[in-house]
Amino acid sequence: MIVARDIRKQFHGVEVLKGVSLAIGKGDVIAVIGPSGSGKSTFLRCLNHLETIDGGQLTIEGEVLASTDEQGICRYAPEPEARRICRKMGMVFQHFNLFPHMTVLQNIIEAPLTVKGMTREAIIPKAEELLRKVGLLDKSAAYPSRLSGGQKQRVAIARALAMEPDIMLFDEPTSALDPELTGEVLRTMRQLAEEHMTMLVVTHEMNFARDVSSEVVFMDQGEIVEARPATEMFADPRHPRTRSFLEHML
Amino acid sequence: MDYILQILGPLLDGTVVTLQVFLLTMVLAVPLGLGLALVRVSHFRFASGLVSGYIWLMRGTPLMLQMLFIYFALPFVPVIGIRLPDFPAAIVAFTLNYAAYFAEIFRSGIQSVGRGQYEAARVLGMTYGQTMRRIILPQVVKRILPPMSNETITLVKDTSLIYVLAMNDLLRAARGMVQRDFTTMPFVVAAAFYLIMTLVLTWGFMRLEKRYAVYED
Repeated sequence: MIVARDIRKQFHGVEVLKGVSLAIGKGDVIAVIGPSGSGKSTFLRCLNHLETIDGGQLTIEGEVLASTDEQGICRYAPEPEARRICRKMGMVFQHFNLFPHMTVLQNIIEAPLTVKGMTREAIIPKAEELLRKVGLLDKSAAYPSRLSGGQKQRVAIARALAMEPDIMLFDEPTSALDPELTGEVLRTMRQLAEEHMTMLVVTHEMNFARDVSSEVVFMDQGEIVEARPATEMFADPRHPRTRSFLEHML
Repeated sequence: MDYILQILGPLLDGTVVTLQVFLLTMVLAVPLGLGLALVRVSHFRFASGLVSGYIWLMRGTPLMLQMLFIYFALPFVPVIGIRLPDFPAAIVAFTLNYAAYFAEIFRSGIQSVGRGQYEAARVLGMTYGQTMRRIILPQVVKRILPPMSNETITLVKDTSLIYVLAMNDLLRAARGMVQRDFTTMPFVVAAAFYLIMTLVLTWGFMRLEKRYAVYED
């Protein structure tokens, strides 16, 4: 569904992605792990054009989002086209980024109303269904500032799902949460995985990576060091850098 | 007491002029200021620079000078030279001047909204225009209420500057009576009128702030 080939990205002359390639198939749940500064979040943000790549090729469900020609010049699809392609991916952020001036329900229906042009009658039952799924139907009239971190993140997941994406990107979804609140978010994500949602999750939660994901990608210093099925990766990490990272984390 | 009742009529006439200048300036300068702010924060470098220059010019010279220029000097400027009657000249000067101040208030409000809000809107497929209209600007309103309240109250009092175009606003009407009747009572009444106007504004802004207090950032 997503094919990223040789993605390169620099920030102020520092190369943070040194040619990262990854293919994500339908129903895959891929956990991206690695030390901070390894480029894993940047890679995720490149996929949906929150960051602009300097080189490489991005194909989303067969449509080219960005490609690099022989002269090394990287071009994106025209803006409306790029926006349409990126809509196939929903995203959940570390810091939730809910809209503070809207209630929980308004947060969820905003994009379906303005972007998809759906009617309120059509989207509200769906939004309520999503809220029931993440266990927050009773909070639909509350403003985000009244919610706990875990509740905010579950609303953020529902908000992304309301746009009916084919792929969900999670950028360290539990890193800003108190430890006792990570469970509820991980449960929601696990539930999504069981429904065969295609997911790419940048995470420090090794248990989630091991138990839920189908494949684990270990990144370090802007490259993918090792990418293998989750069970294999944790039982027998091949690369010394992977091994030392996992020893640290577990 | 009789004297106060006697001067009340002419002072109310002056208040009407004051309120006209105030309301027209608000109605025209707020949208213009918003437009300027949006250009100022846009990625169009040249237009943004032009707006910066405009704001510098308008904030860097006295409002009274701008008013005198538009009334007396504009007719002699080549190409755009037009002669405006006193009231429209005052409105144009006030609007151009206050739009610059409002633009800076809007700009600071827009830039105080974090990058995460833009990113969240973007990954949901919203265009820049939709993001501004639905996500950023509604949050800006809450953030700029206190500085806007300040600026609006200043405007009420700045309207007294139109006396330089020989218009009879509240303060000029009062001054005329003081000089005619050898009593300072008209000043006291005029002060009371200004206080009532700013009280209404203060109350209005307080109500708005309360309404926006339903959510926290």
